Amino acid sequence: MELYGRILVAGIAAGSIGRLLLLRADYRQYPSFPRGYVTHMVLGVIASALGAIAVPALAEKEYTAVTFLALAAQQFREIRSMERDSLESIDRSELVPRGSDYIEDIAKTFEARNYIAMVTSLTASLAVYLSKNTAAGFLAGAAIFAGIVFSIRGIKVEDIAGVVGAAIDFDGPLLRVDGVVVMNIGLKEAREKYLTRAVAVRIIPRDDNARATLGNVGQRQALAHNAAAQLGIRRDLDEPEFTPIARRNTENGDIVLAIFSMEPDIECLIEAIKKTPVLESSKRKPLDSPAGRKAAD
Amino acid sequence: MDTGIKEAILAIVTTDRERVIHSSAPTFFASDDKERERVALLISKITLGMVHDLENGCSIIVKH
Repeated sequence: MELYGRILVAGIAAGSIGRLLLLRADYRQYPSFPRGYVTHMVLGVIASALGAIAVPALAEKEYTAVTFLALAAQQFREIRSMERDSLESIDRSELVPRGSDYIEDIAKTFEARNYIAMVTSLTASLAVYLSKNTAAGFLAGAAIFAGIVFSIRGIKVEDIAGVVGAAIDFDGPLLRVDGVVVMNIGLKEAREKYLTRAVAVRIIPRDDNARATLGNVGQRQALAHNAAAQLGIRRDLDEPEFTPIARRNTENGDIVLAIFSMEPDIECLIEAIKKTPVLESSKRKPLDSPAGRKAAD
Repeated sequence: MDTGIKEAILAIVTTDRERVIHSSAPTFFASDDKERERVALLISKITLGMVHDLENGCSIIVKH
């Protein structure tokens, strides 16, 4: 009985620590601190408890315990839709929205993190059961946790494309970035602001896979959102001409983005774009198909 | 859920009456380019629309 106690405590502790390590409030301010944290921490502890309880239950030949895990999976799906709903509702009040693809990506990440907590605690409790040693349990939990986190880490834009500064000019009322038409700006005053105080970048995909990925509209909205979130956006609701829009050069698949930011610092803009995550849902790999490979050369 | 009309021309401001034939959107006549810019700006601030220049003496305000 005492062993079961140790299994449970080690499992729950390992899973909860894992969940806590994955909770970070950075520039995205999501999950929101402090109340959003409480929600996710509590759910993480519950996930860990479900993982930890499975081993003693199976050891006692209570095979129905497996249904508990199924129940857990159901619960975590709820987390995904909870995150999606809350992000979608706050997205309406963002000056530069995240877009539904980015939201889906974040929601998916939150769901996955609970599974990670559950698997970590399951591994830790299993290791304690087999070795009768609490430290070994923590070690096994840490190893699995690090392995999963490492293997599901996403890639960033800098991994698939180069980012360079670009020139802004006007062809009549048409705003152009490195020759690519972005939009028609009717007001002279706005055009002047763009010429004097805006910064722009060009994102050059490394291969056909990157070209298809960056062409995704959701991915481009994520770029615009991240740039605006980090550099600050100089616009209000009644100034749609200052909405950052990422346009695609249809000749070569390059993406251009001009932004009228609070800090018109090109180095920072390049950095913000480079560190933007590549969304899971926008990833495309035409080069993995025979037709795509053949068309590429 | 918010509902509204998007990508629609809300108003036209022109210095040349000849260039606009029956418009479904309200059309405002301006005596020169300076007034056209000003009127377009004022309408865009009210409607939260965006001003686009058609380069023929007409500006349109579009809700995006």
